[in-house]
Formats: sequence, C-alpha cells, structure tokens
Amino acid sequence: MSERETLLSVSNVSLSFGGVKAISDVSFNIAKGEIRAIIGPNGAGKTSMLNVINGFYHPQQGQISFNGVMRKRMKPYEAASQGIARTFQNVALFKGMSTLDNILAGRALKMHKSFFWQMFRYGPALDEEIEHRKFCEEIIDFLEIEHIRKAPVGSLPYGLQKRVELGRALAMEPTLLLLDEPMAGMNLEEKQDMSRFIIDVNQHYGTTVALIEHDIGVVMDLSDRIVVLEYGHKIADGTPDEVKSDQKVIDAYLGVAH
Amino acid sequence: MFYREVGQFKTNYAADQAIFPIRQDRIGLALILLVAFIVIPLFGGEFLIASVMIPFLVLALAAIGLNILVGYTGLISLGAAAFMGVGAYACYKLSTIFPEVNIVVWIVASGFVSAAVGVLFGLPSLRIKGFYLAIATLAAQFFLQWCFQRVPWLYNYNTSGAIEVPTHTLFGVPVTGASATPVTRYYVVLTIVVGMTWVAANLVHGRIGRNWMAVRDMDIAAQLMGIRLLPAKLLAFAVSSFYVGVAGALMVFMWLGAAEPEAFNINQSFILLFMVIIGGLGSLIGSFLGAALIHILPIIVRMVPDALGIPIGAATVEHLTFIITGAMIIFFLVVEPHGLARLWAIAKQKLRVWPFPY
Repeated sequence: MSERETLLSVSNVSLSFGGVKAISDVSFNIAKGEIRAIIGPNGAGKTSMLNVINGFYHPQQGQISFNGVMRKRMKPYEAASQGIARTFQNVALFKGMSTLDNILAGRALKMHKSFFWQMFRYGPALDEEIEHRKFCEEIIDFLEIEHIRKAPVGSLPYGLQKRVELGRALAMEPTLLLLDEPMAGMNLEEKQDMSRFIIDVNQHYGTTVALIEHDIGVVMDLSDRIVVLEYGHKIADGTPDEVKSDQKVIDAYLGVAH
Repeated sequence: MFYREVGQFKTNYAADQAIFPIRQDRIGLALILLVAFIVIPLFGGEFLIASVMIPFLVLALAAIGLNILVGYTGLISLGAAAFMGVGAYACYKLSTIFPEVNIVVWIVASGFVSAAVGVLFGLPSLRIKGFYLAIATLAAQFFLQWCFQRVPWLYNYNTSGAIEVPTHTLFGVPVTGASATPVTRYYVVLTIVVGMTWVAANLVHGRIGRNWMAVRDMDIAAQLMGIRLLPAKLLAFAVSSFYVGVAGALMVFMWLGAAEPEAFNINQSFILLFMVIIGGLGSLIGSFLGAALIHILPIIVRMVPDALGIPIGAATVEHLTFIITGAMIIFFLVVEPHGLARLWAIAKQKLRVWPFPY
C-alpha cells in the first residue's frame, strides 16, 4: 500500500464557523486507486471534510494538494474540472429531470459545442449529444438502471435515486469520487448492490474512492484504509484491522467510563 | 387508441434523442403547422387573424421567453413587461434611425438590446434567489418603465409620449403600419414565432437546457458537475430577455401599431407570469397553452351571449368574462397545480396505455 502514489493530501486543515471548530488540524492522504473511508460519530466533521475537498468550504488553515498541485482557494466547479465528483448524504438529484438527463448533466464539463450549434441542434451539437448519450448508456448499463432511464427521478424509490446519483457522478469520469453515506437508509440487498458497484467502479475504472459511511461492517469490508474523526480531530488512521483494534476508536464509538 | 408508440422501434440514439421521438407527435405538429400556415390565413376572418391569432402568438413568444427564465432556470422575474418594452423601444429607435433597413431585421435585432439589458439586471441573481430575486427584478420593471416615460429621446420627442409605427415594407409588401393587411402581419409573426420556438426547443433539450434545469433543481449539485452558476444564469437572462424583447417589438409593430409606456406596466408582467404558471413551468407547449387560456378564453366567453342570443349589456358581459375566466384559471390550477402542460402530459400517458389504467 505504501508504494502507491498519493492523489490527494490534506495537511493540518482547520475549519471553523464562527466559534465552532468543525475540523481542527487534520492531516491525511488518499492514495491513487484505493478506497478510503472517513468514519466517525455524528458531528465529527466528516461531511465538512468532503466539503473542504470539494471547494465548498475554505479552510482557515492548512493545505490541500490534489494530483501533486497545491491548491489555492478553489471554487466547486474548479474541483469538478480537476476530476473530483461527489454524491450527497441527502440525495441531491435534479428532481425535474429524467434519469438519463441527470446522468447527461454530469457530462456538462465534457460537452463544449457552442451556443450556435446548440440553437439548431444540428451538426457538431447533435453528434456530441449522441456520443455522450452512448457514454451515459454504458453507465446506465453498468448500474443496471436501464428500466428507469426515461423516468423522472423524483418518482423513483430512494435506493434507485442513490444509484442514479452515483451514475451522475460517474458520468464526470472522476479521478476521485467522494461518496457521502452512499448506503444510508438502504436495506441489506440494496447495500450489497451498492457495495458491489463501488468495488466495480474502483477496480474497473481505477477510480479512487473516498466514502463516508456509518455501517461499520460495510466500511471494514470495502475500504483499504480508514480515517477516524471525532469532534473535528483525527483519532486514528490505518487499515481496517488497525483501526478496529485502536483503543481511541473503541472509546469514541462505545464511550468510556468517566 | 391512436396515440401509441407500439411498433416504433428506435435503432439508434439519434432517433431516441429526437425532440419528438413518437411518430404521432410529429404528425400532430405537422397538422398544427399546416393549419397555422395555410388554413387560418385562407379561411380565417380578419377578427380571427388580427385580434386572436396575432396577439396569441406574440404573448406565447413572450411566455416562452419568461418560461426559459422562470420555468427552466428557476429565477422568478416580475419584470417581463419591461423587457418587452425594451424590445419595442429599441426596435422603434433603430427603425427611425436607420429606416432603410428591413424592419424584420430590426425586430430581431431589438432582441439583442433587450438581452443586454436583461443580463445587466440579471447580475444580482447570483447572490439572491426566490422571492428576493423577484423583488430585485421589480427594480427593472419600475426603472425601465420610468425611462419609457421620462426619456423623450426614446419616443422621438413625440408630444403624445407614445410610439407610433410608420409603414415599413418587406419585399415591397407593407408589413407594419395602417396599410399592412392582417394576413401579412400574421405571416411575419407566425414565421418568427415558429422559428424561435424551434430554437428554444433545441436549446432546452440540449446541454444548455440541462444546465439551466440543473441550476433550477439543485444549484449545489450543479456546481459540482462543473456548471458555473453565474454564466448559466446570465445566459438564461440573456436568452429569456431576447425572446421577451422580440415579443415586445412584435407587439408594437405587428399587433398594436402604437404603444404607450403603460402597455409595459407591472400588470402586463403579472399576466405573462400567470401564463407561464398556468401553462406549465418548464414547458414550451405550456407557454402556448397558457397564452391561449389567458388571451383566447376571454374572447370565447365574451362571444357566448351573442351566439346564444341572450340580451345582456356589454358592461355585464365584460364583468362576467372576468368572473368566468378567473374561475376557470382556479379550476385548472386545482385540477393540476403543475399547469396545463402537465394535464396534457397525463392525458397523453393515459392514451398511451389505454385501455389499461397503467
């Protein structure tokens, strides 16, 4: 594991909202091609961490470098154009659009044909549309959502919405895929499906995955390395076996007698 | 029954990505165009063409423009009528400064002026959303209307303060002013409206339309897809104002023949917004249905007492028209809050699966 190249490194990042410290002095890295989990009790700063990586929040202190490039204050669309994709804890799909349109919307950065051609939906614009439709069909095929391709996403059951959201993120062909609780609220079968998709994404496309998840069983099985946060501090970092036997982690999850 | 897609197999993505993938829709559209381009001008009376169809088409075009902003991009605007005014005054000024240029060129060009003004007033939309943005667009409404009243240069220092349209010709045929026949004006309006509707359909079904809808539905996720909010919103403002501006120019040059600043007051903005909401947010066909409901329905209601031979005073008919039209708008919104376009879509779905319930 150690010989792997580092894709993203977070060093000494602190983030606070007014007087509330969401993240204090956290450092970790994500290696190319691994599945990295971020776990911790509620309010530990996991989602804030993802928001920092995404460029939604700007940390007061610390540095982040992605793909070897040190990052300045960055806007979310810049993170997107560097290849960071993301799914949300509460599904954030485009509710008024069909499954296919949602996934096609994920291709926004890859489509460049000008307004002029778009006006006539002809020539280059039409070719581009069809070429990207082909790509999206591959994702639809991969995620086994062929039957809902034309359905408005607002009408889909929760498990499928999560899957469409993953599809939309995959449409960006990300180098780093951030998943915020991809299995929240799912039943066992749906969790198994989702785990399978995550492993497939990681192995077939070679996408690096960072995920937040509360189902510890899933996290231990899926991830190569785990970061544990509590109250904004990093309390453990290592392979599932190391983290499992770490006394601080056990205390954080089970509580300690005072 | 007749509306089935059974047996229409698509063998490539181009056919499936088409704007009208179902054959019956394409036939229906062809029939509508046939009626609009041939049957109505041939058999329609002057009243039908000049007082029903031309206003309907102009209002529908304005509704499409407003729908791009409100329905597709989710930015509420209360200043639509002011942008119609920008289009109208721009066209008026351009055609008086350069009278030798074809008037249709100026009608389309005035859309660009309106688009530029729209972008300017769209700048706050990055920071404010929803009702607050609606209030910000009110500023456009009042400021622009003030300009139409107080800047004499805009109405060529006319003592009446109104703009009047002189006669312009297109290929030797008068298309504006008193000597233009309703049929010629109808053809000009129809051609522009059909062409611009086609362009709007292309835009909203492609990348740009998806970006707009993504911004509308979940702007945070849209940013993460790499969609930059400000350019997307400003583009929506520009395209929307372009359509509304052209509609305004058509309104003055092809329909009314003259206009006062009052024609572009906030009432008109509200009427346009009602058309979009009742017709269906985020739907082009909804814009036409909304314009038809608001403009054509009162005309039909007004004709009923005469047709049945009921003796009522003209004033009473006017009041009744208000009451009945208002009641029908409420009825339609109760039946389907998402507008007439959704009703239309539900009806199509029912026909598709008939005789089974689903």
